[in-house]
Amino acid sequence: MSAPINTRHTLSVLVENKPGVLARIAGLFSRRGYNIDSLAVGPTEHPEISRMTIVVNVEDSPLEQVTKQLNKLVEVIKIVELDGASSINRELMLVKVKADLETRGQVLDTVQLFRAKVVDIAPDTVTIQAIGNSDKLDDLLLLLQPFGIRELVQSGQVAIGRGSRSISERNLRPVSVPAPPAVG
Amino acid sequence: MSEQMTGAQSLIRSLEAAGTTEIFGIPGGAILPAYDPLMDSSIRHILVRHEQGAGHAAQGYAAATGRVGVCMATSGPGATNLVTPLADAHMDSVPIVAVTGQVGAKSIGTDAFQEADIRGITMPITKHNFLVTDPADIPRTVAEAFHIASTGRPGPVLVDVAKSALQAMTTYAWPTELLLPGYRPVTKPHSKQIREAAKLILESRRPVLYVGGGTIRAGAAKELRVLAELTGMPVVTTLMARGAFPDSHPQHLGMPGMHGTVAAVAGLQRSDLIISLGARFDDRVTGNLDSFAPGARVIHADIDPAEIGKNRAVDVPIVGDCREVISDLIVALKAEADLGHTGDFEAWVEFLAGVKKKYPLGYDVPKGELAPQYVIERLGAIAGPEAIYAAGVGQHQMWAAQFVGYENPNTWINSGGLGTMGYAVPAAMGAKVGMPGSTVWAIDGDGCFQMTNQELATCAINDIPIKVAVINNESLGMVRQWQSLFYNERYSNTDLHSKRIPDFVKLADAYGCVGLACESPDDVDATIDKAMEINDVPVVVDFRVHRDAMVWPMVAAGTSNDDIKYARDMAPRFDDDAETEL
Repeated sequence: MSAPINTRHTLSVLVENKPGVLARIAGLFSRRGYNIDSLAVGPTEHPEISRMTIVVNVEDSPLEQVTKQLNKLVEVIKIVELDGASSINRELMLVKVKADLETRGQVLDTVQLFRAKVVDIAPDTVTIQAIGNSDKLDDLLLLLQPFGIRELVQSGQVAIGRGSRSISERNLRPVSVPAPPAVG
Repeated sequence: MSEQMTGAQSLIRSLEAAGTTEIFGIPGGAILPAYDPLMDSSIRHILVRHEQGAGHAAQGYAAATGRVGVCMATSGPGATNLVTPLADAHMDSVPIVAVTGQVGAKSIGTDAFQEADIRGITMPITKHNFLVTDPADIPRTVAEAFHIASTGRPGPVLVDVAKSALQAMTTYAWPTELLLPGYRPVTKPHSKQIREAAKLILESRRPVLYVGGGTIRAGAAKELRVLAELTGMPVVTTLMARGAFPDSHPQHLGMPGMHGTVAAVAGLQRSDLIISLGARFDDRVTGNLDSFAPGARVIHADIDPAEIGKNRAVDVPIVGDCREVISDLIVALKAEADLGHTGDFEAWVEFLAGVKKKYPLGYDVPKGELAPQYVIERLGAIAGPEAIYAAGVGQHQMWAAQFVGYENPNTWINSGGLGTMGYAVPAAMGAKVGMPGSTVWAIDGDGCFQMTNQELATCAINDIPIKVAVINNESLGMVRQWQSLFYNERYSNTDLHSKRIPDFVKLADAYGCVGLACESPDDVDATIDKAMEINDVPVVVDFRVHRDAMVWPMVAAGTSNDDIKYARDMAPRFDDDAETEL
């Protein structure tokens, strides 16, 4: 069951591309009891920065805590919440569906309808690739269910804001090393 | 500026460059290369007897001096023994840097001898941590570790260095700039928020300055006093903030919370405005959150934005360093005062003065036995407010918070958030190393003392003459108190028999310390005087006290602050006064 829309929030998190960052973020969510619906990580246009798209399932006020706690992590550079209206959200789904000679036509119709793609075919199955927001993929899955789903894999959601603005404009200003305090 | 040397030499040079003058630690296999150049360093290394002692000593050092405390340990068990102090420092925002050896880079992940993923283990309990496998990264990492530990909301940082990085040749160059794009603590408060806060203060009729440990860490005690005296607002200081405002000051209501004074608890409960300065609305202060200070609006100033609004909804959030926040508030309120706008808190101050007078801190004197509160009260009176007091955790800690009498910041050192038994002796050791000219008393319980007293050897050998008052009630006293109150006096596993075993006087003697014992009220002053006269070796005093003494007042866990008990089955009636006098 997917949660009510108002508790699902998509956070784009820019992090330093360093070992252990994923563990830090996953650990933070787990120890503070926040639920992650999905998490996707990948490189950005800056090699030293990675971007995580985290879909969290919390009410508004805990969301503020989530972002504040995330911001405290030294390697987290920036957090932006992307709402559905002003951003593009996509997930990738690969699904292996039972399809013999009798049902294959109907399966392919459904694939057409969703502008999905058949990427592999066997005598008794077809493997479908579909890209879309989670609602669309849920709908597709619902229609494929009656044929029999043999195997399903889904990526985490990725998201990007609409328009020309970029959230990953570089902000890598160094700070000077303070002199050690005087002893005494 | 760059020189060729081993990673180990680079590490020690970096620690020197960061301002380290003392390290508490124990060598071992993986950290061994670093101990060789340490011999030639200006840094004084104090060889402790257990790594936990090193960690708490670094905390005590940092808490007493305000400088970063440093501890060092080897990989595996050495590093895991630092886990408790790191968690403690994390909860209480203590700036420490822990340097640990790690197995060689090629062995990481192979379950090598003495391998533990200490970076992974300490991720949730450090402000930040590093694993260094490239020796070229050592100076920059050390610089970043000290910067992160000591700025913003202070906290512990762990630097785990692979043995292979310590052994390899590298170039040493101390960085002039740090690249920490995700770390930019806000210290300067927003002027609009300051104006809003000043407005709420002047509008309020029942304000309270709720002062937390952030005020101590920010070094804001002087500014706090100016703010309090400028406005006349009552002050409460939390367990972490004891000493931030003089206990002798008439505006001081004392400590709030589970074992706070009736006046401090009543002050918060009945306030119409709470001005929180570096405090975090901890459950030990608020009691049941839903019924905490129901009529109060809240100004919450903290350097950590995540604390603001975490537990209690906030009317005016202020992100900033406490000293800057208070300074700006003073300027804003002075400007208002010049225009003739001052707060009208007279009735409120008078009401609270009445509560304070009616319900002072007190205790029962048991017949023919020694009251633990009396011992601590006399200790505070004789050693005075210039001395530093470190406590363990439990009844003795609460009595020490209540009865010593603090006048100065950084003179009260305890484990508040984590509640680590055994904190006192090593923390006192660290405080004494940092403040060698001050008298340092560890006020400890007999349970706590037996967890970490091995550091008496460290103190005796390294000329660190701390004084330890063991408040010996031969019990895990606080647990026993809860068993008395909530478990029908069924004392499951809280009897330590420590008036019989061990003999603390002989134990002190065995450790090269002076051991004293006292079990009569008549001998308390003379015993403390004697301990005060011994300044060449550590002193341990076994105060053999009445075992049934309890900490009062008390707000039972999870209940409302309104249900505070002044003594067993005795509830203060401050509300009656409120109705008649307000």
